[in-house]
Amino acid sequence: MPSPGAIAPLHARLAAALGQQRLLVSPDALLAWECDGFTVHKSRPGAVVLAETTEHVQTALRILNDAKVPFVPRGAGTCLSGGPTAGADAVVIDCARMRRVLHVSTEDLYAVVQPGVVNLDLTTAVTCHGLHYAPDPSSQSVCTIGGNLAENSGGPHCFKYGMTRDHILGALVVLPDGSLARLGSPAGSRAPQGLDVAGLFCGSEGTFGIATEITVRLSRNAQEVRTLLAAFADMGAACRSVGDILAAGLVPAALEILDQATIRAVEASVYRAGYPEDAAAVLLVELDGAREVVAEDALEVREMFARNGALRIEEAADAAERKRLWKGRKGAFGAMGRINTDLYVLDGVVPRTRLEQALAGIAAIGEKHGMLITNVFHAGDGNLHPNISFDGRDAEQTRRTVAAGHEILQLCVDLGGSISGEHGIGSEKLDHVPMMFDAADLDVMARVRAVFDPDGRCNPGKVLPNRSACAEVAKWPQMIAKVLDVEGPR
Amino acid sequence: MASSPDSPDTVARSYPRTLDCVHCGLCLPTCPTYQVLGVEADSPRGRIYLMRALAEGRVEDPQAIRPFLDRCLDCRACETACPSGVRYGEILETTRAALERQQPTPGPKGFLVRTMLWHVVARQGRLRFAFAMMRAAEVLGLRWLAAKLRLIPRHMAEIAPPVPTARERRPLPTGLHKPPPGVTPRGRRVALFTGCIMEPMFGRVNRATLDVLLQNGFEVHVPKAQGCCGALLVHAGQPERARQLAAANVAAFAGDEIVVNNSAGCGCALKEYGHLLGTPEGEAFGRKCRDVTELLAAEGLTATPAERPVRAVYDDPCHLCHGQGVRSQPRELLRQVPGLQLVEAERAEDCCGSAGIYNLLQPDVAQQIGQRKVDRLQATGAEVVVTANPGCMLQIDSHLRRSGHPAPTLHVIELLRPPSPPT
Repeated sequence: MPSPGAIAPLHARLAAALGQQRLLVSPDALLAWECDGFTVHKSRPGAVVLAETTEHVQTALRILNDAKVPFVPRGAGTCLSGGPTAGADAVVIDCARMRRVLHVSTEDLYAVVQPGVVNLDLTTAVTCHGLHYAPDPSSQSVCTIGGNLAENSGGPHCFKYGMTRDHILGALVVLPDGSLARLGSPAGSRAPQGLDVAGLFCGSEGTFGIATEITVRLSRNAQEVRTLLAAFADMGAACRSVGDILAAGLVPAALEILDQATIRAVEASVYRAGYPEDAAAVLLVELDGAREVVAEDALEVREMFARNGALRIEEAADAAERKRLWKGRKGAFGAMGRINTDLYVLDGVVPRTRLEQALAGIAAIGEKHGMLITNVFHAGDGNLHPNISFDGRDAEQTRRTVAAGHEILQLCVDLGGSISGEHGIGSEKLDHVPMMFDAADLDVMARVRAVFDPDGRCNPGKVLPNRSACAEVAKWPQMIAKVLDVEGPR
Repeated sequence: MASSPDSPDTVARSYPRTLDCVHCGLCLPTCPTYQVLGVEADSPRGRIYLMRALAEGRVEDPQAIRPFLDRCLDCRACETACPSGVRYGEILETTRAALERQQPTPGPKGFLVRTMLWHVVARQGRLRFAFAMMRAAEVLGLRWLAAKLRLIPRHMAEIAPPVPTARERRPLPTGLHKPPPGVTPRGRRVALFTGCIMEPMFGRVNRATLDVLLQNGFEVHVPKAQGCCGALLVHAGQPERARQLAAANVAAFAGDEIVVNNSAGCGCALKEYGHLLGTPEGEAFGRKCRDVTELLAAEGLTATPAERPVRAVYDDPCHLCHGQGVRSQPRELLRQVPGLQLVEAERAEDCCGSAGIYNLLQPDVAQQIGQRKVDRLQATGAEVVVTANPGCMLQIDSHLRRSGHPAPTLHVIELLRPPSPPT
């Protein structure tokens, strides 16, 4: 693996091939690419390429392949696991400028987009046809389809409609050596077409190559949507309501819970949604489908709210009110900035029936480390997002934050869950992967990865403990191990 | 980083504000420069990150990050989008001042921001003289000649509309104006802030403002001692000079309880005198200031506006919607204009690219942003574009003219005039 100095001689070649205006090399300017939404890991890349076309990506990757320099794909930088963070020896291939919707088929219900197309912009572009793109991460107004594909992103509505993987039909991918591969097709998963490599690519966290054209499924808007909110005096009642709703066989489009600290932060922000601030928990339930069915379901949901002692039940009367109720949920992470300078958004999964137990455990961990932990989560999937507010400038606080995060993920695994629901492993959870997978499991993954990226240059130091130790990012697990005062990486 | 010890405009001052950002990125899609350029360092999150790094001493060459900060419009759309309440404008303006002090902007841009803003734009007498000279040159055909000889930059020649006539440019009479006979007085007195560029470019807007206020029963005081608000200097990183102007305005309006203005950019700066001056007097002055639409919507129109059977689109000036939170008031007032059909454009709160003198300093980016704006305005099929800031009026008007489908660009207040009495 080359040293950071290996990139400098490539500047002229990259600039000549791509144009000076598509290359950033000033170390001071590159500070802006130091991290994504996960601010615990910071590292300045060696250069940034601002790609606009498949050809730009190919050109850049060929030059980097010649010199065996690593690279890291990036979309809008809203990832929460350090996915697009690059070491000083790597070049960021920034796809934020690749934001053209190339083709929309309103009859066959798919769209072909460049990777930098913003998730919500795609829905906006097809909304006049009564269509939308279903996966809706909280950052959907910012995050890109390319990033969603890399991370197999989720979102509130993925409870009913599935994760990004269920909406990816195909992709044109630039492999690490600069060659092109076409994965899947608009015909989608139903067509017999050999191995489902597009499915494999989805969720590979940018370690297999860079998708430059992505074919996604479009979904028809439901005839009726109803959004209900219930406020509860204790978190247990909110969780039990979720259990009751699902036990009754209802399949809401979304089931979201916010705790009191989150509610208060949101209500203090521009995303204030009118959530009752005295409630210990707020449960948002969205029902969609045929009008009569949704009406019956809504009655049933209201009964369950009442049975679990809801303090208040509210329903959006129109689209504007629905938007308001969701606004608070979608702005929740950013609103935490009101509590402290940094935010560690955790992502873990527990079986839905263990939610109460998990939340109690998380509170105990927070108390033990003296850290404020707030919770906002996809209750239907048991996908928790404990948020730890901390001051990243304080090494001691950061140490306690990382330690608390570690224990929370261990708790999730112990309860029969997993270390990530939708944010990916990135650099954040390299150290936690062995909680779930043994050496043989990891070896299978490493071999699959090597098929796409034999040199280990494509987003090195992410997802799997890297073979090359000299990349700066590969030192993170040791860093974490050091602050945790535990054994180094396996 | 070099800074004079007595100056309050140090990066250390804005540093605590940079810590409010947790890097969530919700500001990115609202930023006009990120929309056009697609570069993290040209987004609010990226700029805050760079400014924080600067304050932490992690930036080796502060001038290397300056192009990204200079490309910011200071439109504050990111503040509207920020769940964490980051006060971006304060951080940017303070950092710009620190960088400008360290190394003043060179070349013609430096001449524009230092010499022209301070010695001409901020001095009403000289500004009037400059406009008189420009008008004379135009009448003599010299503007055409200058453009041909490339004596003035092409983008400037394109932006600038013809200089209005002397009659159009005449200043408002100063002193106290009483409602005309036949109008029931409200017994309320307001002071009118007349601005710098509004008078010579859009004298009609100032006259309409005075007229509408009087017709609605207000007594209007136009203090002679008032001057430029200093907003352009603050944006250009020269708060020291802006403070002198601010202090003069605080004194000029000392006896007034309410100060009304019709320029969103000025209004925002006036309301932020507290931060600029850092004094209780500045704070108190800020609290007295109102946009004219804010005042009229709150107090209610008593004089019905003249009938205007047109389809009109309202475009939010950044410093009114993001800077002052005034969004519904201009629309409420326009809906009271008989016959006027108010339509909405997509993303009406996006900046038009004017941003003070941004279109002169960053013509390429301003051109792209302006084009997006007029495309969206024209898509509404409106016959008239209505806004509430002179810079926006100039920028939108110039882009509409270049598009080949010019439509009048008016200020809200111009549509609120009651019918003239029959003569």
